[in-house]
This record gives sequence, C-alpha cells and structure tokens, in this order.
Amino acid sequence: MNGYYPMKLLFVFIGGLVLLFIVAPLAGLYLSTTPGEFFQTATDREVAGSIWLTLWTSMAATLLFGLAAIPLAWLLARRKFPFKRLISAVINVPVVIPHSAAGIAILGFVARDSAIGRLGEKLGLSFVGNPSGIILAMAFVSIPFLINAARDGFAAVPEKFEKAALNLGASPVRVFFTISLPLAWRSILTGLIMMWARGMSEFGAVVIVAYHPMTAPVLIWERFASFGLDWAIPVAAVFITVCLIVFMILRIVASGYDKTES
Amino acid sequence: MTKLKVRDVSVRLGRFGLNRVNFTAAGGEYFVLLGMSGAGKSVILQIIAGIIPASGGQIFLGGKDISAEKVQNRKVGLVFQDSALFPHMNVFSNIAYPLRSMRPGARGTDSRVRELAQMTGVSHLLDRATSNLSGGEAQRVALARALALEPECLLLDEPLSALDVQTRSEFRRLLRELNRQGQTIVHVTHDYEEAALLAGRIGVMENGTVVQEGSPAEVFQQPGSEFVARFVGIRNFFSGTLTRERGPMCRFRTAGIDIALLSDEPPGEGFVVIRAEDVTIMRNSMPSSAINNFRGAVTGSGPARMGTEIMVDIGVPLAVLVSDDSAGSLGLAEGTTVWVSFKASAIKFIRK
Repeated sequence: MNGYYPMKLLFVFIGGLVLLFIVAPLAGLYLSTTPGEFFQTATDREVAGSIWLTLWTSMAATLLFGLAAIPLAWLLARRKFPFKRLISAVINVPVVIPHSAAGIAILGFVARDSAIGRLGEKLGLSFVGNPSGIILAMAFVSIPFLINAARDGFAAVPEKFEKAALNLGASPVRVFFTISLPLAWRSILTGLIMMWARGMSEFGAVVIVAYHPMTAPVLIWERFASFGLDWAIPVAAVFITVCLIVFMILRIVASGYDKTES
Repeated sequence: MTKLKVRDVSVRLGRFGLNRVNFTAAGGEYFVLLGMSGAGKSVILQIIAGIIPASGGQIFLGGKDISAEKVQNRKVGLVFQDSALFPHMNVFSNIAYPLRSMRPGARGTDSRVRELAQMTGVSHLLDRATSNLSGGEAQRVALARALALEPECLLLDEPLSALDVQTRSEFRRLLRELNRQGQTIVHVTHDYEEAALLAGRIGVMENGTVVQEGSPAEVFQQPGSEFVARFVGIRNFFSGTLTRERGPMCRFRTAGIDIALLSDEPPGEGFVVIRAEDVTIMRNSMPSSAINNFRGAVTGSGPARMGTEIMVDIGVPLAVLVSDDSAGSLGLAEGTTVWVSFKASAIKFIRK
C-alpha cells in the first residue's frame, strides 16, 4: 500500500486547499472585526431586528410550506402517476434559476394587481414589502431541498414494512403516520434543516419581493451599498455567527435523535 | 369445512406470472405449498393477503369472497420470510400494533400482548429493540404480532429458512402447537423435510401453478408428474416409529416392515426417506454389507429421468431405480419375485 502514499499526499494537499478556500474568507471576516465592533453591531437594534426577522420568517417558511410538501414527497417516492418525472424536474427548478429571476416571478405572482395579490388585499394581507412576501420568497427557493430529502427518505423505507402494517389491520393513514413517516424522519429532519438554512441565507428573491422590512442578508447588502465594506463586515460576522450557532444546535438535536433511534 | 379457497388466481408481474392457481385449506388444517424458488409461492401468499392484486380469480375465506376486500380488513396474518418487524418499535409495540390498529385506545392491549408473548415464548423480550433479536426470536415476535390480528388464516412465508437447526425444531414445535389449537395455517417452503414434518396436506407449485395437491404420503409416494417426482426427489417415504438398539443403530417400524438404520435422532414418531437409487435389486438373495434385505414382488416399472423405476411390494411399495440395461438383463416383469437391499446408512430419518 506504500505506492499509494504520494497520491494520498497529493489528495490531502488539494483537499486542504479546498478547505482553506471555505475557511479563509470567513476567518478573514472575523479577523477584520474587533470584539468591540462585533458586540456593538450585535446590540444594534436594526441588526438584531433583521436577524430575528430572518430567523422567524425562514422558520415559518419551513414549517408552513415544508410540512405541506411532505405528502408530495411521499407520493413521489411511492406512487406511479402520469408526468411524475416532469413533476420531479419542476420541483428542482427553483434551484437552477437565478434567484433574482425567482424573485421577479414571485413578485408578479403576488403583486397587488395579481389575482393572489387582490385576494390577499381583501383578507388584509399584503405580500409585497411584508414578512409574508419574505416567507413566500424563502419557501420558493428552499423547498426543493426538503422535497428531495424527504422523497429519498420515503423511498429508502423498505416497502415490506408498509405492507406488513396494512396486513396487520392498519389503515393507509395509520401506516403513513406510524411507519413511513417515523422511518423516513431522519431524512426529513435533514431536509427541514437544509430548507431552513437555505431560506435564512436567501438574498436575491427576498430583496425583490420585500426590500423592507430588511432580512439580515438584505441589511448586509444595504450597509455595503450605502456605506462600504467596513460597515458590512461586522453585520456579516454577527449574522454568520448566529447561522452557525443555529446550525450547530440543529445538528446536535438531529444527531441526538439518530442515537435514540439506533 | 373449507376455510381458505383459492380459485383460478392469476397475475402477471413482469416476466413472471401465476397461472390459474387453485387450492383449498380446511379449517384447522396445516397446508404447505412446496415449490422451488421462483415458483410463485410468496406471490400467492401476498395475493391472499391483498398486498398484490390478482388479475383474475377469486379468494374465499370462511366462505366469503375476499378478492376485493381491502388489505387491512382481510384478517389473514402474514409472517414474512425475514420477519419484517418494525425497526423503530420495540417488541411490545410490534405485537401491540395490530391491536392498536383494530381497537385504538381499547383496554386489554397490554394483557393480550403479554398473553401472546407467553404463547410464543418471547415474554422476556418485550422491552427489547428489534435490532437486538436473534433470527429465531424475531420470527417468534413476528408470529405473535400476526396472531394478535386473530387471523382466520395464518400465512407463513418460508418462516424457518433463516433459522439454525435447533431454533428451527423449536419453532416447528410452536407451529404444530398453534395448529393443534385449531389455527388454519398456509405455509410456503422449498424444503420437503419441512413439508413432511408439518403438513396435513401439501400443494406442489411449479411455474406459477399448483401441479399436485394431497397428503404428504400421496405427494411423495405418488408424484403426479415428472417435475414433482424430481423436485421432491423421494419416492420411498414412510411414516412410523424409531427405536434405538445400540449406539447409532436403530430400528424403524412402519406398516408391515422393520428397517434397520443409523441415526443420532432421539426415538419417537417420524418418517424415513430411502432414495430409490440407493436400493439394490436382485433375482436371488445374496450376502452383502446391506442389513436391510427384503423379498418382494415386482408390481410395475416405468421410465425415470435417469434409467428405469421398478416398483417392488415388500409389505410397503418400494421404488428402485436401475439403469435401463440392468432392467433389461434382470427381466423384471410384473409378478417376478426379487430381493431388494439397502444399507442402514443410506436411510434418512426425519423426526416429527
């Protein structure tokens, strides 16, 4: 196996470069922010408000649209129906189109002169320049992550368990909630975390549907465009810190769930 | 009275299909479907359970046509080959699953689960995760879970195939006991020993259809086709009692004759199998190392896959396989008196 040593060394070197490429800009961000600046920015009401807005709107997008997407993921994994491949492709469209274009599409869909927009107005709900619009934009760009993960999770559940449950007198609804969903839960949880994380980081679609109130990514852009890099860096550092903390907590919760399952 | 009737059931699954499968199982009967892998045994069980829809035919359970009945309402408990225990539930929850499905929130679930666990010998495992069970334990839990459904008919898909010899014997005892208590069982297997040991009646499957149905003796001694004869591979199949003489030397007493054999099985009821090719046929008695020597009369002969099969009446009908040349040179016409012999070591005893 000694013959592999030069190749291993080369791979470690190339891998290290890739890792450095990810870590270096983030480290540079923190190194160029003093602790004083960091805490001053973190306590800035506008910054804190935008981070809080980003957190709760991305959570709302994940819960509202994500939970509604789980049955679709099950259908894609378990049932044969016409245009299934086309539908699977359509679900991935938000991932491949430019997110500013996605924002334009959503804006056209929910603008005040559109059917949805008029219906919303009648119900006292405005999508443009409103958290509800932010939720829509976040959900649009992030929902494929959940659907794909949940579909793969359902597909990985051996059908024999569902067949056995039906044979044991369970209705299809009971089979879904007691067998399919718990056994696919690990993948669904990963998909939910990915959807939330992707929603939190969304800029392009959100900025077009709702510049105000400002989510954290929009605020970072606004500080950069109006005041320059020095003003944007501390906000970016604080937001990245919050994202990392949230992400770590969710991974810990998810891994704790994995352990209890195994 | 007929409990389960499968009438002209057909299905096509890709290149494989079932073609007008027919058989019946009486109430309290132990019916074994015997066939090679790929014969369609598991598919017919899944059709009876409603998991795979049939393209034609009918299934009657207790006289009622259940062909169009929903899976969850059929009341046939299917035990899968690999148990199919729910991995995210412990043993208790697995056994309780059908009870909670049929009567959600009903009292008595706990006591019923414990009763079934006791019956199947898994009381000490109720809190265990299913991933920590041995193959035999998992099959017992799967059996308890299927019984919780109070099935009118229990369907077993090769339940012993993954078990070791000792566990297999214990599980067979459990199945026999259940059947003795009146449980109708349809059991599929590719193992003729399993069929011989458990079946009240046997159906032999070939290429997606049942080609012969009858008691074990009928199927083994009078195979209805060349396939059945070749598949079951045994023509000389006798039931009786084994007694030990000294060491491994035993005697097996069956209707009319005593056979000497070597066996390390404990004495008791069982079957012996003597392969037709292990029997020597002679026109006169000759000394040899074979202990079992019988005088009899030829009752018939016919072509076999390899050679000629001679039937000799020695008190029981005994099939002897000889080459075509030997058959010709010995002149074994019907009624001819002959001697047959076979070694004690050539006989296989199967304990009931």
